[in-house]
Amino acid sequence: MADLKINLAGIESPNPFWLASAPPTNTGYQVQRAFEAGWGGAVWKTLGDPIINTSSRFAAVNFNGQRVAGFNNIELITDRPLEVNLKEIYETKKRFPNHAIIASLMVEPKREKWHEIVKRVEAIGVDGLELNFGCPHGMAERGMGAASGQQPDLVEMQTYWVKEVAQTPVIVKLTPNITDITVTARHAVKGGGDAISLINTINSLAGVDIHTWNTIPHVGGKGAHGGYCGPAVKPIALSMLAECARDSEVNVPISGIGGISTWQDVVEFLLMGATGIQVCTAAMHHGFRIVEEMIDGLNNYLDEKGLKSVTELTGKSVEKYSNWGDLDLNYRVVARINTDTCINCNKCHIACEDTSHQCIDMLTNEDGKNYLQVREDDCVGCNLCSIVCPVDGAIDMVELPSDQPPMTWNERQSAIAALNAQSTEVEVG
Amino acid sequence: MDNQFRLGTLAPEKLQQNFAEVQPGLTPKAAMEESNRCLYCYDAPCIKACPTSINIPSFIKRIATGNVKGAAKTIMESNPVGASCARVCPTEELCEGACVLNDASEPIAIGLLQRYATDWAMESGKPLFEPGPSNGKKVAVIGAGPAGLSAARELARDGFAVKVYDSKPLAGGLNTHGIVSFRLPQSVALWEAEQVANLGVDIQTGITVGKDISAEQLISDNDAVVLAAGMGNVPSLGIEGENLSGVYDAIQFVESTKTMANAASIKLSGARVAVIGAGNTAIDAATCSVRLGADNVKIVYRRTKDEMTAYDFEYDFAKQDGVEFSWLTAPKRIIGDSEGKVTHLECVRMVLSGNGGKDGRPVPVPVEGSEFLMPVDAVILAIGQTRHNALIEAFGLRHDRGVVIVDDVTKQTSDPKVYAAGDIVFGAGGGEAMVVSAAEQGKQAAKAIIGKFAPQNHVII
Ligand SMILES: Cc1cc2nc3c(=O)[nH]c(=O)nc-3n(C[C@H](O)[C@H](O)[C@H](O)COP(=O)(O)OP(=O)(O)OC[C@H]3O[C@@H](n4cnc5c(N)ncnc54)[C@H](O)[C@@H]3O)c2cc1C
Ligand SMILES: Cc1cc2nc3c(=O)[nH]c(=O)nc-3n(C[C@H](O)[C@H](O)[C@H](O)COP(=O)(O)O)c2cc1C
Ligand code: SF4
Ligand code: SF4
Ligand code: SF4
Repeated sequence: MADLKINLAGIESPNPFWLASAPPTNTGYQVQRAFEAGWGGAVWKTLGDPIINTSSRFAAVNFNGQRVAGFNNIELITDRPLEVNLKEIYETKKRFPNHAIIASLMVEPKREKWHEIVKRVEAIGVDGLELNFGCPHGMAERGMGAASGQQPDLVEMQTYWVKEVAQTPVIVKLTPNITDITVTARHAVKGGGDAISLINTINSLAGVDIHTWNTIPHVGGKGAHGGYCGPAVKPIALSMLAECARDSEVNVPISGIGGISTWQDVVEFLLMGATGIQVCTAAMHHGFRIVEEMIDGLNNYLDEKGLKSVTELTGKSVEKYSNWGDLDLNYRVVARINTDTCINCNKCHIACEDTSHQCIDMLTNEDGKNYLQVREDDCVGCNLCSIVCPVDGAIDMVELPSDQPPMTWNERQSAIAALNAQSTEVEVG
Repeated sequence: MDNQFRLGTLAPEKLQQNFAEVQPGLTPKAAMEESNRCLYCYDAPCIKACPTSINIPSFIKRIATGNVKGAAKTIMESNPVGASCARVCPTEELCEGACVLNDASEPIAIGLLQRYATDWAMESGKPLFEPGPSNGKKVAVIGAGPAGLSAARELARDGFAVKVYDSKPLAGGLNTHGIVSFRLPQSVALWEAEQVANLGVDIQTGITVGKDISAEQLISDNDAVVLAAGMGNVPSLGIEGENLSGVYDAIQFVESTKTMANAASIKLSGARVAVIGAGNTAIDAATCSVRLGADNVKIVYRRTKDEMTAYDFEYDFAKQDGVEFSWLTAPKRIIGDSEGKVTHLECVRMVLSGNGGKDGRPVPVPVEGSEFLMPVDAVILAIGQTRHNALIEAFGLRHDRGVVIVDDVTKQTSDPKVYAAGDIVFGAGGGEAMVVSAAEQGKQAAKAIIGKFAPQNHVII
């Protein structure tokens, strides 16, 4: 069994599984139950001046009968008095000294306000702080959350204020509601942040009720944009993580968040550069026990790979994440259909015929049996057929030996530039 | 007609085919789809309905996330014979019967998913458990069936030195010898026994307790004894002709079909077979006869379909195999020829009298003068199982007509050193004799022994 312990910018945790700051970490009762269930850490529901929440506030996006493919909320930060939260953090830390408890904080962009809350929270004993610059609704209108998070200078300055007094590591939680997440990430680092975490929720409207014409969710007939999370946001979170992980100026550990619900998701986030991960929606969907399946799956995976510690995964795939211009233009794959496993649903044929390169032929053999065949010369290796094929192993994407050496678009451009330069020289000469 | 000419055996390939597992396992895609259908219920009713309390939603979630090893471990953790159970449990009465989706769509195919995971474990050959550090205590287990193996596994994991004795040459009990191979191949039961042996449990086969080694010796040599010897063979009917050649004990009969070598020696191809009784064992004997090539197989039962004890799915299965049912028919005598071979079964018609018998069921009474002869080449008796009275008495245990009396929870007998589990404690009114309940009782006995000798291992962290 591999070692699951992590150390994220000095915050130690028995495993990489933290609950994200959200309803699952609202109270001491909940966080203690979560630790008992196996979670290694918890980022407490964001503290600040308590607010008033609306009813209702959540909505789920279901897809083809699959529930909670995406999740949307218009909830704000904690609605409980700071003293109550602090007392419960203290008690929880006392019962679970080896688990990571991180206080998520959000206040107005005022230096004294930050100093005050940091001091109060650290006085009762937490393992770290997370600055919530992400909440996309409600707080933004008050100049907090994403309103700060969307202004890199404000992120930097507030991080700096926090670092002026903080004794424990500071994690800066980023909003995805920006054009380029690395800009905010760099400013967080410049402000002295010890780590970053991403992503918070994405601006969204879960749906419109086609019978009442109300938004989903609605509060007495009116709605507002909410924050999107859950499995649907994973690819967005993963790419933002990758962008930060490969940016040399973002040289701090990362806590990955967004749509994580299985051990495979965890492995992907770690490979793409996360040191630890946080989960919200999956715990809200299935309860804390979901961590058991994640821990067991991760353990088996590490054993299978012969890895002694989960930390060995961190960042292993980062260098594989590159730019389009650096991809080999001469690399070639084509689709090949295995007639033994194919069930003849012809979905690949029509996908290719209508929307790709018309290279899957519907043929009949001597016995009068229908079969499909790819004209490999015309196949561009787009993957579409294998994506729509419902049968595992019916379509293989096979690599063809290339008759040309690898060449990227960037290399090609510079080769052309060099040629042009030469020919100009010749003309001039 | 001379049976010698007419009856034969099927070609080995045909036999192999007939006795191969009937139900195919799930494909990876089907397992993935089915596992994703599970709601991952909290406090799930399926767990409560499983006698061994397998954490079903958890193992299904592990399949859904590609962690088949974790799934297999979750299953085997709670049930040391989980691979057999995946095949032989009456799931529609247990886990699947309790699934919340019964009311919504279709229950999750828990048995098949369990089989998918345990098959994976069998094929991968990966060890799932490790023995605990030795605690210096010794336990003897009598019987290497589901109950004995389950007790042995739990004890070995807690550091006990365990020796299991079984009179048969192979371990596994009825899973290895008694449940037809087209539902449960012998290799599955042997794999489960091997898993237990791999934990350092010494399984001594070919040793009969009470004959090769005495009860007193086992009691004095060990810190505890688990008696898990199951039940015996089929009792005699007490009618004339039971010793004729062509008369079989259903359990021994099924046992001979578990290995192809033995099956090839039973000449039933083209035969007319009468099976007496209508429990699950009778059905098994009947369907085995069909698979050995019998021409006509009749189940002879003195009551009606409503009173038979076989499960509905067993009955349907037999019907599909072409087995005929002679209800309200009782055997009176078995008739043979000059060479001592069965030729006929004399039967008498019955009617059910409205007066409830001792067990509350209507009593079958013969219709006078309704005797008739049924021409048969073989008669298979399947009217229950005998008890190990002599063995139980050798241990000096209190019992009720061969059913060892035990504490409900600890499975401790009247001798505080001796525990009993499985079919040997199964009595009328105690539910049904099932592999899964035998496994659970074995676990309970082990838990009680562990609690007695190694309580330090059970501190809750
Ligand atoms: C034909 C048949 C079909 C069945 N089908 C099903 C089914 O589909 N599903 C289901 O759940 N259950 C089924 N059962 C019931 C199930 O097999 C039993 O409930 C279960 O095997 C009981 O386990 P056990 O460990 O108590 O006993 P057993 O499996 O009977 O094992 C007892 C072991 O003790 C050994 N033994 C006996 N005496 C001695 C001795 N003196 N010394 C040493 N060893 C000894 C025996 O050789 C045997 O190996 C079936 C039973 C039969 C007979
Ligand atoms: C109902 C709800 C409330 C949330 N509240 C907070 C919060 O108070 N502070 C915060 O930093 N993030 C908050 N989040 C965002 C989560 O911490 C997390 O970043 C996001 O949900 C993505 O992770 P997921 O896909 O695992 O849910 C909230 C999310 C939800 C669904
Ligand atoms: S989509 Fe897959 S299964 Fe369907 S016809 Fe094409 S190859 Fe065959
Ligand atoms: S052991 Fe039997 S009852 Fe329990 S879950 Fe498995 S198949 Fe169902
Ligand atoms: S009751 Fe059915 S749906 Fe619920 S956990 Fe059990 S198998 Fe899954």
